Amino acid sequence: MKDLYAWSAIGLIVLASTTGDVLLSYSMKRVGDVGELWKRRGVWAVVARVLATPTFALGLMAMGVAFYSLLFGLSWGNLSLVVPASASLTFVANAVAARIFLHERVGRRRWIAALLVAGGVVLMAV
Amino acid sequence: MTFRKYLVLAGITVFSTAGDSLLARGMKDLGGVSLHNFSGLLLAILNPWVAMGILFLLTFFACYMSALSWADLTYVLPATSLAYVLVALIGHFRLHEVISPTRWLGIALISAGVGFVAAGPSVTPAHERRNPQDAPRDIVSVEVKS
Repeated sequence: MKDLYAWSAIGLIVLASTTGDVLLSYSMKRVGDVGELWKRRGVWAVVARVLATPTFALGLMAMGVAFYSLLFGLSWGNLSLVVPASASLTFVANAVAARIFLHERVGRRRWIAALLVAGGVVLMAV
Repeated sequence: MTFRKYLVLAGITVFSTAGDSLLARGMKDLGGVSLHNFSGLLLAILNPWVAMGILFLLTFFACYMSALSWADLTYVLPATSLAYVLVALIGHFRLHEVISPTRWLGIALISAGVGFVAAGPSVTPAHERRNPQDAPRDIVSVEVKS
C-alpha cells in the first residue's frame, strides 16, 4: 500500500515537473533571446517581459506542485526510490512532451541522450 | 553557439550543485525541521548557509531561463544532469568518498548522454517546425526594424 502511495507521488512529480518545464520553455521562447534583450534594453526590460508572460507564472506553479509532491513522496517512500525514479522518468517524459507540445525535433541523437541520462541517474542512486 | 552560451550552460551545472550543497550544509545545522513546526522552516532563511544556497539556486534559475530562451528544452535538460556527476566528483576528490563501480558507470552514462546532445544542433529551426511561431524569436530586432 505504501508502495502505491510512493509511486503515485512519483507519477505526480513527473507530470508536474514536465508540465512546468514545457511551460517555462514555451514562455522563454516567446520572450526571445534574453542575452540580446539585456544588451539592448537593460536587465529590467528582461524581468518585465518575463513577468508579463502568463505561461511563465503557470510554469512556476507547476514547479511548486512538483516540489510539494516530492516532499510528500519522500514521507511515503525511500529517498533512494523516489528521487532517482522521478528524476529519470522526468528526462524521458520531457523528451516526449517537448516533441509533442514544443514541436522540437527530437532526433535519434536526443532520444539516445535522454535514455542514457535517465539510466545514468538511476545508476548514480543505487 | 557562442562562448557566452556555453558559459550559461556551465552556470546551470555549477550553481545548482553549489546551491544544493549549501542548502544541505545549512539544514544540517538546523537539525530536523518538519512540516509540523512551520516557523522553523521560515527561520531557516536566517542561517547564512541556507541564505547563500537560496541565492545560488536563484542564480541557477536565471541561467536555466536564459538558456531556454535560445535553446531547445531537450538540449538544455541533459546539461542539468551534469550536476549529479559534479556532486559525486566533488565528494570523491574533496571529501574522499568512495565511488562504487555502479556509480562510475552512471557517471559515464550521463556524460555520454550530455556529449551526444552537445554535439548536435542546439535549437530546432523555424522551417523544420510544424508551427514556425514556436521557434525562438528575436523580438527586439523586429521591433527595431518596424
